[in-house]
Amino acid sequence: MSIFVDDDTRVVVQGITGGEGKFHTQQMLDYGTNVVAGAVPGKGGQEVEGVPVYDTVDQAVEAEDANASVVFVPPAFAGDAIFEALDTDLDLVVAITEGVPTQDMAKVNKRLGEVDTKLLGPNCPGIITPGEAKLGILPGNIFESGNVGLVSRSGTLTYQVVSNLTERGIGQTTAIGIGGDPIIGTSFVDALEAFEADTNTDAVVMCGEIGGEDEEQAAKYITENMDTPVAGFIAGRTAPPGKRMGHAGAIVSGSGTGTAESKISALNDAGVPVGDTPEEVADSIEDFL
Amino acid sequence: MKLHEYQAKGIFADAGIPVPESQLADSVEGVLDAVAEIGYPAAVKAQVHVGGRGKAGGIKIATNEDEAREAAESILGMDLKGYTVDQVLVEQGVDFVDEYYVGVTMDRGEGKPVAMVSTKGGVDIEAVAEEDPDAIAQEHIDPAFGLHPYQARKVVYDAGVPAEYARDVTSILSKLYDLYEDNDASDIEVNPVMITADDDVIAADAVMNIDEDALFRHPDLAEMEEDAYQNDLERKAGEYGFDYVRLSGNTGIIGNGAGLVMTTLDLVDYYGGTPANFLDIGGGAKAERVANALDMVFSDENVDSVVFNIFGGITRGDEVAKGINEALEQFDEIPKPVVVRLAGTNAEEGMEILNTDLVQVEATLAEAVQRAVTNAEEVAQ
Repeated sequence: MSIFVDDDTRVVVQGITGGEGKFHTQQMLDYGTNVVAGAVPGKGGQEVEGVPVYDTVDQAVEAEDANASVVFVPPAFAGDAIFEALDTDLDLVVAITEGVPTQDMAKVNKRLGEVDTKLLGPNCPGIITPGEAKLGILPGNIFESGNVGLVSRSGTLTYQVVSNLTERGIGQTTAIGIGGDPIIGTSFVDALEAFEADTNTDAVVMCGEIGGEDEEQAAKYITENMDTPVAGFIAGRTAPPGKRMGHAGAIVSGSGTGTAESKISALNDAGVPVGDTPEEVADSIEDFL
Repeated sequence: MKLHEYQAKGIFADAGIPVPESQLADSVEGVLDAVAEIGYPAAVKAQVHVGGRGKAGGIKIATNEDEAREAAESILGMDLKGYTVDQVLVEQGVDFVDEYYVGVTMDRGEGKPVAMVSTKGGVDIEAVAEEDPDAIAQEHIDPAFGLHPYQARKVVYDAGVPAEYARDVTSILSKLYDLYEDNDASDIEVNPVMITADDDVIAADAVMNIDEDALFRHPDLAEMEEDAYQNDLERKAGEYGFDYVRLSGNTGIIGNGAGLVMTTLDLVDYYGGTPANFLDIGGGAKAERVANALDMVFSDENVDSVVFNIFGGITRGDEVAKGINEALEQFDEIPKPVVVRLAGTNAEEGMEILNTDLVQVEATLAEAVQRAVTNAEEVAQ
């Protein structure tokens, strides 16, 4: 078992003819993902890595029965590409693109409330169910199939924590990057809810960072609704206020909201151990299992 | 991207929001010429990208020529929280009886813009939000429809704006929302909106910040993006295209991916060191970019030691190793000890390429950080 993606996921890659789209289509295919179509306006009829390309997502879904998309479209067009995917009734849209204007995402966010489709990202590394499917840019070789779920706002921090788990022989059900932007589709709470419902997930790692209040919301959800144990990590303890730390969403506001302290204490209050180092997160997970 | 007050006021005035008469000046003579035209009293206001200008001495009121000269001489060229003032806005003084707050920003938790109005203007609105949140009326906006006229009226009435000014304040709010949407602003606010002795309602200050990710569709605003860097290092990072933040410590940090770089900073602190900077080389960096990153960190005189932490996904270990070699082989003596930790994609190939005469290699993040902290302590002694 897993959440959101598995062996049966059929993927259309939006922006498959671009440099990144092409490279990661190859990587996803190598991992065993069912990449069944590409969608790029004006490129219908071509093939990329043996995958047929269509002019619209709708055509791709019609012809190849896709149920998920991965968006590698440049930031100026990404909002539109996400709308196209949402309007095509897919189960899941994974937006890798970094730098989508925030007001475009506010409009997307409004649409998300009206459809059943889930959105991951934007500005995220994607999602992987080890041994089954990978949608995005995560390096497949560091993951192992197992019983720990992982959800994170950051890509490379995910890799670090996963390698700490995998080195100890602890595998993962599914690992999800939800993205580093201020407005994102799937939140920590959405992912935790799915892991809680997944019978194969015995423990969850949650990697947060400074900015916003998603981690505090997650702490509340964990207290009220979760039996599955959760271990946490929060990046940005040393970040100064008012400075954007790489991710558009990683900023402690001038008035002091979004601090690491606030998130760590909310999680501790919810019974979630928060590691000082990624190793300590793996220690907690080992204790849970 | 922050706009200066004078730039924002220009945009406000074009949109029909009443603002005081003003002129930009960059010399004492220029200030005197401007006041001669505008008349007394006049405000001389530093045009720099920092908040709290008034308290820091960046805003002065002049009631005669001597005071105007004195204000110009003291403000022009002054250092305001790290920024040198080279432009001032000379503005007509306003005789006001009340001050309000009007603004629009993105509520990231809700994923929607929010309009805010308060009759407690003229002070730090974040302090008001903390001490007396009920004093700020709020209305969330559906971005697909924009701010409905009834919503603009509602938030103004909810804030308790007296009936005789409600119409004018509502008009300012509606225009602000249009500007917010049309210009991809991240924040837009007027604090204070002044009620004058003559019952006029005017925007006495102007804050407008633009979403940098949307500048591609606002070439007019992109032109206003002058360098707002606080120091030469941040300027250099801007030229190299790095996400960089300078801190006050002595352990330089380079890594890939925001979360992992932040974690590396936190670990430096955890193991007893002090981080000198945040530097994210981003995903898929080639050798040249890696060399530029080392150049950046070496240019910081506070740095005594460097830790290079890469966990490659789309970044390849062999490219990183090549870049480190290129950067270090040009030195007769390595300026500061460099600890390297490579993991992930092509890490093994990278380890083979890496010239280990020039760097110290550690296998794990924890070991790399601890060694860099020890190096920093030794060099600092």
